[in-house]
This record gives sequence, structure tokens and C-alpha cells, in this order.
Amino acid sequence: MRRVPLSRIAHARSGDKGTGSNVGLIAADDRGYEILLARATAEKVKAHFGGIVRGVVERYEAPNLRALNFILHDSLGGGGSASLRTDAQGKTHALALLMMEIEIPDDYQTPYPEGSPSKGPPAEGLSAPRRKSR
Amino acid sequence: MIRIANGQGFWGDSVDAPGRLVEEGPLDYLTLDYLAEVTMSIMQKLRRRDPAAGYATDFVDLVKTLLPRLVEKNIRVVANAGGVNPQSCRAALRAVARAAGFGGLKIGVVSGDDIFDRLGEILDAGCPLANMEDGRPLSEVSERVLSANVYLSSYPIAEALAGGAQIVLTGRSTDPGLVLGPMIHEFGWERQDWDRLAGGTVAGHIVECGAQCSGGNFTRWWEVEGWDHLGYPVVEADPDGSFIVTKHEGTGGMVTEETIAEQLVYEMGNPRRYVTPDVVADFTSVHLERCGPDRVRVSGARGAPPTDTYKVSISYLDGFKAVGQVTIAGPHAIAKARVCAEALWGRLRRAGFTYQETLTELVGLDSCHGTIPQPPSHLNEVVLRVGVKDRDRAKVDRFGKEIAPLVTSGPPGVTGFAGGRPKATEVVSFWPALIPKELVRTTVTVEKAAG
Repeated sequence: MRRVPLSRIAHARSGDKGTGSNVGLIAADDRGYEILLARATAEKVKAHFGGIVRGVVERYEAPNLRALNFILHDSLGGGGSASLRTDAQGKTHALALLMMEIEIPDDYQTPYPEGSPSKGPPAEGLSAPRRKSR
Repeated sequence: MIRIANGQGFWGDSVDAPGRLVEEGPLDYLTLDYLAEVTMSIMQKLRRRDPAAGYATDFVDLVKTLLPRLVEKNIRVVANAGGVNPQSCRAALRAVARAAGFGGLKIGVVSGDDIFDRLGEILDAGCPLANMEDGRPLSEVSERVLSANVYLSSYPIAEALAGGAQIVLTGRSTDPGLVLGPMIHEFGWERQDWDRLAGGTVAGHIVECGAQCSGGNFTRWWEVEGWDHLGYPVVEADPDGSFIVTKHEGTGGMVTEETIAEQLVYEMGNPRRYVTPDVVADFTSVHLERCGPDRVRVSGARGAPPTDTYKVSISYLDGFKAVGQVTIAGPHAIAKARVCAEALWGRLRRAGFTYQETLTELVGLDSCHGTIPQPPSHLNEVVLRVGVKDRDRAKVDRFGKEIAPLVTSGPPGVTGFAGGRPKATEVVSFWPALIPKELVRTTVTVEKAAG
């Protein structure tokens, strides 16, 4: 077994639902969906979000889409229009969930590559080389 | 097969998208979704100040520009631009159409969703309009209600189209209904065609946020090309309830099983029960299949009978809020930002001001994701964003005056205080409720622009 972030085996989208948000987490392939079913539990997701989610986390399954839908209750600091937060509508909660690490079998080739300019997302700050500070 | 596009996902979406959908490829229907929940309360406030206001004025400008092409290409438009004042929106449209020489243009209006003036009568009839989230009765906030609108079904839209309307205006109707309405009209679907109605509802859900199903907001964004001319979605609908999602040829963005799947789960609750006034759609029944470049066929949708209630969106005044920010740069930016925040809250406390709710965020460090990723120990620049919420407007305004002094009475490197002191603005909260369908009276009228 090894640990990888969910972004290596799934993609996701989030948005607001009243005073909470939802994250739809979609596996890239069938094997990934089996892993999500077994390991991406509501409890684990609730712990991952820490103080961002004040309420409970519910999980629904949509096998036709290889998707799990997580409802994050009381996760916006008030409803979308009442919240003071920068992310008042939970638009970035999907990316937060994709950072959650999960155990996968060693022989499972992750469908989404690690970040590299040619195959995956561009490496951070390509155009702005950073000087080492002392 | 009919082609239905959505060129507006919310009031404030791309100005050019509707015109591009008309010009860049074939189309039968153009739908435009202007109404977020918060939009209704803004419109209600506008109408209180001016009885002729309270609708999406952008839509009138859009029709002014596009009308000759819409008529020439026989593209019909379905828009919820009526807001809280569809009659006034129609009057503006009629004037625009007459001035452009289209006096024969038929405009349909769906109304009855606005129950703001009927709230007393409805409560008296024994419907408590209890909050769907916590069960509280509306009477707890009834004197602070700003707007109350029922999410109407798709049949009135179909009825207006059957009456010959080239433009159909609604107030609050369901977002997917803007797309389902034309399908009901074109294909003659009956109220018991649950599976077909579910198919149309799924189609409407996929396109209701515009480009969000055609490359926008896609997780693997680096695979998307043509951001400067993203194609907005077009549904090619079949009478059996299945459809293809695509976009006009030559436009940017992408339509794949993955972009469609992401939009299917957007703002989703229980995927087996997507409840609309028309049908309860089962999103776990749909099948996605790529059938060409930027083409995905969606089929197999299953539906169940609708409930006997409509959802009502009620907005009410819930106090005041203000948010402001400064930018802190140079060595120890994070530590200096924390000192600034402590100074600001300490000064307010000493002056005797505390608040129902306060917010301190370091944008660039942890504002969206907290400590989920390991926060960096060093940043050369960070934005301190602070906010308060309270019933007392004066207290909120006092907070707004405490930010600028940080520039000269805080650590060095504090800048970026722009736009003046943040002023208290009204907090609008939402009260979701259910209402028996028989308490709502929907009307459909179709009239020519002239006469």
C-alpha cells in the first residue's frame, strides 16, 4: 500500500447548498471508484476539513458516474450571501478534498499523473524563478 | 431533434456568450438564467425604490442587440429575466421591439411565483412556511422578509411557447425548467412521462451554469484550450428524453464525459432524488457516452412522480456586515499581519465594540483551505481580510473606520487600503420552505409587442 492525494485518482466539483456545501468526487476508473467507496468515508472527510466544516458530513453514491457526493453541513460560515468568508460558496472545497491522502494498492497505476508541465499540471511558478533566501 | 443552448449561468455571466451562441452555430432555443437566490432580494429592493424596476435590465439590452438575428434565424428565447417584475420587463421589451420594427413579436410572461404580497393570506390558510433546514415557523422573521418566490414548474413555459411566444419571460422558475419547457412543448411530453421529464431536467441541470459543463471550472484545467473564446453549451434534444451535450464548432473549451460528470454533481444533494415541481429525477440512472469530439450523449434518465409541494425561496434581512482588507508586504509578512489583526480587534474592544461574528483571514496563506495543505512559513506578501456581522448598523460602520489606521499605526509594509472605509451592507439570509401546490396560482399571457 502507498498513500497518494485523491487528485491522483479522482476529480471533483463543489458548490453551495444552503448553509453548507457539496463536493462531488469522481473516480477516473472503476478500480478508483472501489477505492473511494472503501476509503473515502464521511468520517475521514469530516476530519480532513477540520474547522472548515462545523456540521456533519453525509455521503451519497452515484455508481453510474463513479462518483461520491459529500454534503458538508454548516461549512460556509453562514449561508452563501450571509457569510463573511472569502469562499462564501464553497467553490474551492473540491480542491481541498482532492488534497486528502488515501491508501492505494502498490499495483494500482494512478490514472492522473503527478504534476509535470508535459503530462500534468504545470509546476508552480514556472515564469517567476524564486531566489533562495538566506 | 431540437437545439437548446444556455448563454447565461447567472446575472453577471459573459456579456458576449448569448450573441456568440446565436451567430456561431445552429440553434432553436436560447435560454438565459439570470436568477441566483440573492438576485431576487436585490431586485425586490430595487422595486421598492422604483415600481418599474426589479428585473434583469441586461436582458432588455441583449434583446435590443440580438432581436433582428433572433427573428431572422427563428430562435426562440426563454429567460427568467423577469425577476420580481416580469410585467415591467415585458413593457421594456415591447418598447424595444416596436422601436426596431417588430411590432408583431409575441412575448409570453409566466407569473404567479411572487407570493410576497400573499404571505399573510398563506400563513392564515394554515401553511407555516417552516424552514426546511431547521423547522422554525416563518413568523420568527416575517417582519423582516424582503422577497418570497415559488420555484414554478416548466409547463407554463411550454404553454407560452404553444401560444406562439418568441420570447418567454419568467420570474422564479426552476433553472432546469428553462430547458425542459421547450422540450415539453416541442415533443408533446405528458405529465406522466416521468423518464422523459427526468431526461430534460438532467439536460437543464447540466447547462444551467453556462460554460461550467464545457471546460469552465474543470479540475484538470490545463487540458482546456481556448479560454478566451469558451464555447457555451448546446443540448441536442431527442423526443425520447435522451440528448447530446455539445458546443458550437470552433469554440474553445471542451465537452467530455468528465466535464459533464463534474457538472452533474454540482450543487447536488441526494443524487437519487433531484426534486423539481415537474418530476423527481434519479441522477444515478443516467449514462454518459462520448460520441464524437466535444459531444457526449446522455441517456437512460429515470424519473418518479413529483411531490405535491413547490419550493419557496424567501429572503429576509439578517443584520449588517462589512469586510475590508489591507496588504502586508516585506519580511515577516505573516507575523505582521497577525499583529495588525490583534491591534484592530484590540482597539475596537477597548473602544467598547464587540460583534456577533468576526472574521480574520490571511489571504494567500489559509483563507480557503485552512491548514489542509501545510501552510508556508514565509510569504513576502499577504492580504489581511477582516469582517464583522451584527444587528447594529452603527457598530458595523464603526468597524469600517478601524482598518485604515493600520497603515500608519501598525508595523511597516502595510498598504493596499483602497476604496475607502467599508460601509455596513445589509445581510440577506434565505429561508427555504415548501408550499402546497394548490395555494399557488400560475398565469401565462402571450401578447404582441404592438397592440
